[in-house]
Amino acid sequence: MTPEEEVEFRKRQRSRNWVVGGVLLFFAVLFYAITIVRIGE
Amino acid sequence: MEQTGSLTLPADWRDFFALTKPRVMTLVIFTGICGLLAAPGSIHPIIGFTAILCIAMGAGGSAALNQWWEADIDREMKRTASRPLPSQRLKRTDARDFGILISATSVAIMGLAVGWLSAGLLALAIVYYAVIYTIWLKPRTPQNIVIGGGAGAFPPMIGWVAVTGDVTLMPVLLFAIIFMWTPPHFWALALFVKMDYAKVGIPMMPVVRGERSTRRQILVYTILLAPVAVAPWIIGGTGFIYGVAALALSLAFFALSLPVAFRQSIEQDSMQPEKRLFGFSILYLFALFAALVIDRVAAGQGWI
Repeated sequence: MTPEEEVEFRKRQRSRNWVVGGVLLFFAVLFYAITIVRIGE
Repeated sequence: MEQTGSLTLPADWRDFFALTKPRVMTLVIFTGICGLLAAPGSIHPIIGFTAILCIAMGAGGSAALNQWWEADIDREMKRTASRPLPSQRLKRTDARDFGILISATSVAIMGLAVGWLSAGLLALAIVYYAVIYTIWLKPRTPQNIVIGGGAGAFPPMIGWVAVTGDVTLMPVLLFAIIFMWTPPHFWALALFVKMDYAKVGIPMMPVVRGERSTRRQILVYTILLAPVAVAPWIIGGTGFIYGVAALALSLAFFALSLPVAFRQSIEQDSMQPEKRLFGFSILYLFALFAALVIDRVAAGQGWI
């Protein structure tokens, strides 16, 4: 891998990690909210 | 399903997002929300949001599976050649796994958070689109668009059932409206956009049965659509706001389909009537479902 490719590789890896992290966090919050709502029913 | 050696970079997350066909999803989300808002009864906003999210995820998952299956076809057609799979920005197996993952997740969350009837309908919609339509019938019959319309017709029904928990005539009518609407909508487009479906062996109506037959069938489905669109009012499921809107919109749709039905395109045809009909078909569906929601909200508030 050339240095340029390495930079691009890291960049994509990083942005993907952020997206996956964001999605997981979103679902954690959503499941918490769903649980609270359904317990209250 | 061979992979090229050049594909060593991790795929961009935007390509996974593109697999879900975000533009199609806007209509899915809109009609799903309308079904949810028009249904009698109430739903907690968080559960309602979850239901719409699951419908959107299911639509995205089946769109990804559709592109996984059709990658070879998409590569041969100008309109689709730049999608993530044909342009090799994404591995084909990754698209398949991504599609299965978000489809299964959407059904599981729908079942746990909202209800298992709406989850069952969602699973049915996904299998219908990805397997029955994409894999089985689309390459085999020129009525494929009619069948495909069934997949797009599920969202308002699922949204409705998420609130009520049972399937009554009203959600079935919402399903039937989109089912009847899809053929004239898509065939109008197919008439003026020269699609290269013939090249890849997909039997689209204008290619198989010819322009004349396609035009007549546009008219037939437009006529069939009108009573279905007005039916919610006739059976007393809605008030006059929806009824008048459905009547006016269906009359206009019919009026615009007449010139399309009885003409024949010539060399260098500008295809104005077809473009007008296609443009109006989109407005028709948005306006009809908006009228349904306004009607139901007005009735809920005691205004009508």
